[in-house]
Amino acid sequence: MKVLLSWLREFAPDIDGDPQHLAEVLADLGLAVEELSHTGAGLAGVVVAEVLATRPHPDADRIQLVDVDPGDGEALQVCCGAFNMAPGDLVPLATVGTTMPGGIEIARRKMRGQWSNGMLCSVAEIGLGDDHRGIMILEQGLSAGTPLAEALGIQPDVLFDLEVNPNRPDAMSVMGVARDLAARLGVLFTVPAPPVAETGAPAAQRAAVSIAAPDFCGRFGVRVLDNVPSGASPRWMANRLLAVGQRPINAVVDLSNYVMFELGQPNHTYDLDLVPGGALGVRMARPGERLTTLDGTERTLTTADGVIVNRDDDAIGLAGVMGGASTEISADTRSVLLEAAWWDPMTIARTARRLGLRSEASARFERGVDPDIIPTALDRFAELAGALGATTSPGMIDAAGNRAEPITVRVRPQRVNAILGTDLGAEEMTALLSPIGFACDGSGDGQDFEVSIPSWRLDSAAEIDVIEEVGRLHGYSKIARTVPVTEQAGALTPQQKDRRRIRALLCGMGITEAMSLPFLAPGDVARAGLGDDGITVANPLVAEESIMRTSLRPGLLKAVAYNAARRTAGVSLFEIGRVHPGGGGRLPDEQEHLAVILAGREATAATTLWRRLARHLAVANPGVVNGPVDGLHPGRSGSVLADGRPVGALGEIDPQVLAACEIDERAAWLEVDLGALRGADRRLTPYRAPSRYPSSDVDLAFTVADEVSADDVAATIAQAGGELLSSVALFDVFRSTQLGEGRRSLAYTLRFEAADRTLNDAEVAQVRQSCIEAVTTAHNATLRG
Amino acid sequence: MAEPEQLVAEAERLAVAATTLDELSAVRTAVSGKRSPLVAARKALGGLEPEARREAGQALNAAKASIDEILNSREAELSAAARVEQLAAERLDLTEVAEQPAHGHLHVITQTWQELEDVFVGMGYRVAEGPEIESEWYNFGALNFPLEHPARDMYDTLYVDYGEPGTTLLRTHTSPVQARVMETQAPPIYVVAPGRCFRQDTADATHMPVFHQIEGLVVDRATSLGDLAGTIEAFTAAYFGPGFSSRLRPSYFPFTEPSAEFDIQRPDGSWLELGGCGMVHPNVLEACGIDPEQWQGFAFGFGIDRLALIRFGIDDLRELWTNDVRFLGQF
Repeated sequence: MKVLLSWLREFAPDIDGDPQHLAEVLADLGLAVEELSHTGAGLAGVVVAEVLATRPHPDADRIQLVDVDPGDGEALQVCCGAFNMAPGDLVPLATVGTTMPGGIEIARRKMRGQWSNGMLCSVAEIGLGDDHRGIMILEQGLSAGTPLAEALGIQPDVLFDLEVNPNRPDAMSVMGVARDLAARLGVLFTVPAPPVAETGAPAAQRAAVSIAAPDFCGRFGVRVLDNVPSGASPRWMANRLLAVGQRPINAVVDLSNYVMFELGQPNHTYDLDLVPGGALGVRMARPGERLTTLDGTERTLTTADGVIVNRDDDAIGLAGVMGGASTEISADTRSVLLEAAWWDPMTIARTARRLGLRSEASARFERGVDPDIIPTALDRFAELAGALGATTSPGMIDAAGNRAEPITVRVRPQRVNAILGTDLGAEEMTALLSPIGFACDGSGDGQDFEVSIPSWRLDSAAEIDVIEEVGRLHGYSKIARTVPVTEQAGALTPQQKDRRRIRALLCGMGITEAMSLPFLAPGDVARAGLGDDGITVANPLVAEESIMRTSLRPGLLKAVAYNAARRTAGVSLFEIGRVHPGGGGRLPDEQEHLAVILAGREATAATTLWRRLARHLAVANPGVVNGPVDGLHPGRSGSVLADGRPVGALGEIDPQVLAACEIDERAAWLEVDLGALRGADRRLTPYRAPSRYPSSDVDLAFTVADEVSADDVAATIAQAGGELLSSVALFDVFRSTQLGEGRRSLAYTLRFEAADRTLNDAEVAQVRQSCIEAVTTAHNATLRG
Repeated sequence: MAEPEQLVAEAERLAVAATTLDELSAVRTAVSGKRSPLVAARKALGGLEPEARREAGQALNAAKASIDEILNSREAELSAAARVEQLAAERLDLTEVAEQPAHGHLHVITQTWQELEDVFVGMGYRVAEGPEIESEWYNFGALNFPLEHPARDMYDTLYVDYGEPGTTLLRTHTSPVQARVMETQAPPIYVVAPGRCFRQDTADATHMPVFHQIEGLVVDRATSLGDLAGTIEAFTAAYFGPGFSSRLRPSYFPFTEPSAEFDIQRPDGSWLELGGCGMVHPNVLEACGIDPEQWQGFAFGFGIDRLALIRFGIDDLRELWTNDVRFLGQF
């Protein structure tokens, strides 16, 4: 929302001061100034020039040569990058030596070998608006050589570009911004009553309004105007519209826009001759009803859309969103019906969204305009049109639908202070509220008071809304800052601590944390050798982001491939993130996974990693069971157990998957469902005092079949070793032709000790024998000599 | 029979001539071992008159003491020299290391996230979490966004195909966690909720369809807007450091009222728009089963990713997601 300082002053003449300061005041009122600019300044040196001839540039396609008369009758050559002018057009010329509003200094210079003696300017270049699509074509009748500011009546002004929050429809107008600003600055704010000279037959005899959808149309006002101007609007009006980003079209359209920007009330004009009997009606559209809107597009409507109809019940406009083509104003229009109405915001929002028709008008209607400003808006239009020669029929038609009752809110001053943390008296509160139209009624003295919510604040309906207004007008920065004290000790939960411990461990092991997009493209899941696609996104912007990941694997595979393609092989990465494997209740199942990929490493690296992790987290009975896992190497994969329950998988990525992902090194893989791991028992091994007696080490090597898990052999040894066995560790694996196909040697170091004595040779020999017998029996193993 | 003085002189000559500990050991055997002249001389004492024997014995004892001292002293010298020689031989260039340090790195988002958690834990907050795929109710409904309210358009929501159309979505902010905490926990409440959020957005230097936020929620007996402003200020000092301050500007969010944006002022005077905040709307308290006449609360939220960019001087959000180890390894 752009507003000019001069325009604000028409409502509050005493708004004054450093523009930067005003910008800060506006921000403190909740109207953040995105940009502050000075318009109409720096135009000394820009003159009206007449185009005499245009010629192609001999050595450039994108620029042409333009001969202009800068007022002395001599042809002056200028190079120009725009092509929208013709001989006879009047254009702004920045003469040599001019410093433009943007700071550029115009010098005589050669462009591709041709002299340019100045610059022809666009609207944006002279700081009058945003339009930079071509050179600004000036109205005929100006004389060449006249300074542009003088010719166009441009005064230096200040433009504030405001960010208006959705709860402030009142601030979508110059008037509304002026009201807030004046209240904070403590200066007078008034809405002038527009004087309208009325003549001819009364409007009531020339037009009629019937409302068949009273919930949709709260109020419908009409004035009838004759002799409407057909040409351009006056320069001052065009300048203001340009400044706020609205391109001037013609007098009638510009008047309509001007009134909307000024008072916040969108309005619409119908060619009276095209509306039989001047009769307008409002109803909801019929299913499938068709209407050609002003933009020439035929729209198919639904019963959720409101339409304006003529006497014959034909739709002639899409209420509050866009007018119809059949009653459009043309150059021949002499008489118009001027409509200003109040529409149900939700209905407008739905229609505008469904049809993709967001306009300045619909944006205001869907936030909620002030139904009480309708007569003023009609009068303001009539006043401005009157100055251009239009005449206005006496009276206005003011049809009423269902309007919300005025709202009165009871406000408790102690509640205001409790919420805001202030110590304001009731009178101070009412003094803050009254200037913005919140009329207060109460005895004062800290007693509750009644506040009448103004018709332009549809967002306000409860005490808390009024409290916000008190705080806003008082100024958030004036509120004393305190820090609440809690008796609660701040802390992370056990799972949050676990997450940190896991990250620290993995980093310490040289593994770096990755973060992959949780979105996948169709085919990504299958490429990773996993099952079905997961949850799909209903409205993705691109197909690559249309599926929620079911595993961290596709993302980490992509990361390995990405790095390998940049000559970094052998990366070790981990990720902790949520996945959606499918299934669920009211919400899809969501799991938090840890995944580690060790490029260039074999599957057993993942086993080592899992053991370290389990040890670090004190997972009870961590285990690995060999067996196939989707997407992993069938002979090098297994599940991860915590206290006997599966919590994940490990192994090596299937070579076929690696090939599909264009990875040409092995990759060890570990993926753990952290939620399942949390559910598993955690247990610290009970403390045992280190024995004060010497221990005995025994090495045993067995030949066993490949299918026998080394872990199982170790477990058998542990069981057979009983109390005296303090540790068992695999230290060598060996295969040879002597051992035979499909068999290998597993060598373990067993350490025996007792807490209360030195074991004698006989004891060690006995337990050693028990271990040997247990393994040979349980695993069809043979002891190697 | 040699004179004791000669024995000492001979021992000294031989000890000095020895250049290694092994040689010295041989010398020791020669001059004081069983077959040495010294031992022979002591054996010969038996044949002397008692008077003469006592005298000669004393002289031999003195010579023995001198010889021992000479040998021990020489041994100490040679040991020291041998140690010096050994250490010199074992010299290493400690930069002569082929193995590269295997050092992992936490993602910049994680580092920033943990730092924020730590600041708030230090202020007495607990850390809460909620699901990334969320119901329409928690993301909007419970937060005072009526159905079809234009304020929903402020969020470019991504929905998922689950349940009835439009009922399940990728949470657009961490604020649903507010509602989940209030529903399950009795006040007073002091929590922060960091988490991943989503929006329908095209990736560029300053936008990503996935981003991270941290949400704060306090519900207590007399929590006020002044408490909110003070909390933001305390956080600013704790996280950004001395010289940074904060301000609140009126704004609008359906789930807070009064609402504000909060900005951080850097020591050079420039402003950083950080996030949104406000007093928890009475409708939200009520929707979560908390009596707004008995309890008041404030909430705030801001982006983690942008703080990470600022902290590490990164200029493009997309870098956070490439998983390029040349990026990850810098932090």
